[in-house]
Amino acid sequence: MPLLRSPGGQRPDRPPRPCGSGGTHSPEPKAGTPKDTGGRTKASVSRRAARRGPRRFTRRDVAVLSVLLGIPVLLDVAIVWGPTLASVALSFTSWDGIGDISWVGTKNYETLFTSYPQFWPAARHNLLWLAFLGLVATPFGLLLAVLIDKGVRFSRFYQSTLYMPVVLSLAVVGFIAQLVFSRDQGALNAILGDTESPTDWLGDPDLNLWMILLAAAWRHTGYVMILYLAGLKAVDSSLKEAAAIDGASETQTFFRVVFPTLRPVNVIVGVITVIEALRAFDIVYAVNKGRNGLELLSVLVTDNIIGEASRIGFGSAIAVVLLLVSMGFVVTYLVQEIRGEKNR
Amino acid sequence: MAQSSFNGSAAPGSVAGHRMSRRNLLRGAAAGAGAIALPSLLAACGGGPGGDGKTITMGSNSSDPVPKKAFADAFAAYAKQSKDGRKVKVNTVDHNTFQENINRYLQGKPDDVFMWFAGYRMQFFAKKGLLHDISDNWESYQGFSPALKAQSTGEDGKQYLTPYYYYPWAVFHRKSVFQQHGYQAPKTLDEYIALARQMQKDKLVPIAFCDKDGWPAMGTFDYINMRSNGYEFHKNLMAGKEAWTDKRVKEVFDTWRSILPYCQPGANGRTWQEAATSLQKKQAGMAVFGLPHPGAQFPKDEQADIDFFPFPVINPEHGQDAVEAPIDGFLLAKKSKNLKNAKTMESAKDLLKWLATGKAEDIYLASDPNNIAVSDEADLSKYTPLQKKAVELVSGAKQISQFLDRDTRPDFSSTVMIPAIQTFINKPKDVDGLVNSIERQKKTIFAAED
Repeated sequence: MPLLRSPGGQRPDRPPRPCGSGGTHSPEPKAGTPKDTGGRTKASVSRRAARRGPRRFTRRDVAVLSVLLGIPVLLDVAIVWGPTLASVALSFTSWDGIGDISWVGTKNYETLFTSYPQFWPAARHNLLWLAFLGLVATPFGLLLAVLIDKGVRFSRFYQSTLYMPVVLSLAVVGFIAQLVFSRDQGALNAILGDTESPTDWLGDPDLNLWMILLAAAWRHTGYVMILYLAGLKAVDSSLKEAAAIDGASETQTFFRVVFPTLRPVNVIVGVITVIEALRAFDIVYAVNKGRNGLELLSVLVTDNIIGEASRIGFGSAIAVVLLLVSMGFVVTYLVQEIRGEKNR
Repeated sequence: MAQSSFNGSAAPGSVAGHRMSRRNLLRGAAAGAGAIALPSLLAACGGGPGGDGKTITMGSNSSDPVPKKAFADAFAAYAKQSKDGRKVKVNTVDHNTFQENINRYLQGKPDDVFMWFAGYRMQFFAKKGLLHDISDNWESYQGFSPALKAQSTGEDGKQYLTPYYYYPWAVFHRKSVFQQHGYQAPKTLDEYIALARQMQKDKLVPIAFCDKDGWPAMGTFDYINMRSNGYEFHKNLMAGKEAWTDKRVKEVFDTWRSILPYCQPGANGRTWQEAATSLQKKQAGMAVFGLPHPGAQFPKDEQADIDFFPFPVINPEHGQDAVEAPIDGFLLAKKSKNLKNAKTMESAKDLLKWLATGKAEDIYLASDPNNIAVSDEADLSKYTPLQKKAVELVSGAKQISQFLDRDTRPDFSSTVMIPAIQTFINKPKDVDGLVNSIERQKKTIFAAED
């Protein structure tokens, strides 16, 4: 939590706090009672540390530390970094999953950029997802959160209704989208009653992406709303009162006072939006296997690697592109947010 | 590991009680994690069932209830007739999952016998050395046509597959609709288009059309190609030996474009089930399908109303020689541990010999009448009229093709042809751009082979 920063004055004359002995939960300055397990006050911790003398970690502490840190690090390396580096390496090879792996240099990337017709549409769609979720669905979620936080009538009802889609997996959302948008048997065309030349919501490659974005936004909005709602509840109402006394309008209060205090939530929502947009997969896969206007990078990776196709090298190249795009967005965003946090 | 390092350090008394409890919790969690991970590790290490030489394991992709039961019946009958007490142990995997995992399956710990497809898709694995040669079995097989043998043969001239059943593709329609309007089954493409025009006048969608699943429209492509250019060209094109930029391929797309106005629009958004339903509801007049497809969407009392005619003639030189009839059958997995045991191998080959008999196929088809037996010796007397007609169609065929996605490399069909055909359906006018793009991708994919 960004709130916690220990007062700097005590630092020079105090030995580093022993981590294993309860000091990891650095107590918040305000949180008063030392009753809960982590809540021993700073004074008692430093006194204990001083009494122990130069030996900061017992053998047990070291054991605990190495296990508690070592296992996650090992898992992280084995499950996250290993495969990541492996797929980067595989992206320079040609391999069908059975025979020998042969080194082909950057040929996979050349093929990808020049003669794989699905690649550029997929990359474009991923960015469109990002723009749509970031510029439409997320602000809309914020708006709903503000309205509900204000206490409109039946706000509890709206809150739970809007949150409902979040508990559905995107694959289920995709299934629902098919029930609604199917050309011949869908609910929407039945309501519109156009039987002569019904609109093909999911089959028309110029239209279906927007329908899917709508369905994905339906779920994303609820998610964002709940996060902001939690953030808004935590905003100190005295801030708003102070702003009101100073004569700020409601809009000004929101944008100048309330929104900046939501910074931690903004970071989370931002990262979630980027991740949701770039890893989007299940909904389009449920609708039409991510073809015909619904291509996404994640789908291309799956199509090439999983399944009988087994173009593992080529699929890895697409995965690397996706990795770079996601890293680009997430890293830039986080760096900016953290820098902004420091400047505050 | 985690557990032992915790247990090694006895808790000293000086530690405060509440901290202890937290550690206990952690310890419990670590132990719990170990307890969860351990059995799966053990399971991963342990071997499969030891081959007793009489139990044959069978990897089945028949996860749908009808074929699953039909296979169970057939294997039960095998166990019953076996004098040596041989029996089959079936491992059923969801159809699509089985297909998607086939590479890893065959390289890992496959079952002794598994179900798979004939043609290029079998030859691919034979070439990779993942299948057992069963040419010796083929010497004793009776009642298989030369076309069937060709489809069971690898590129090295040896046989790897024991065919079991197949289902032909054709143009399906409802008898009652044809009677009501006095339609005649067309022989040639011109008659086909004339009939489609007439249907339009009669307020029918002439041809139900779908390609949301990616494969149904391949049937139409194959037929136009084989009717225009013959089976040999189809085979070579699929094997990557002919250029997609060839004039003959462009002609196929041009012919297809001339039919498209009579097809249901929006095919890329329609599943084959929906298309078959429109045929059943008499909204559409005809549809290119495989034998099991319309049957699956027609209620029981309307099954007898299903009829078909072979895809019309385009080039008289090739007539209606070729029939698209995907064959399913049984193969022996080379990496199967049990098959290293000569006794199990003998049992597995015995099973294949039995499955190759007409009688074995009869037992299967009794429960699943949506296919037809490959063997001449199968009992046709219990067939429905539709099945009988299907037998006539295939037995009259000079060549049997498998299907676009079974006659070519799986990576080519799934990552190139599915999107290409969907693009054609969306933009039928840009054939040149399309075939150029296919050819470029084909070169990359088929180059990876060598």
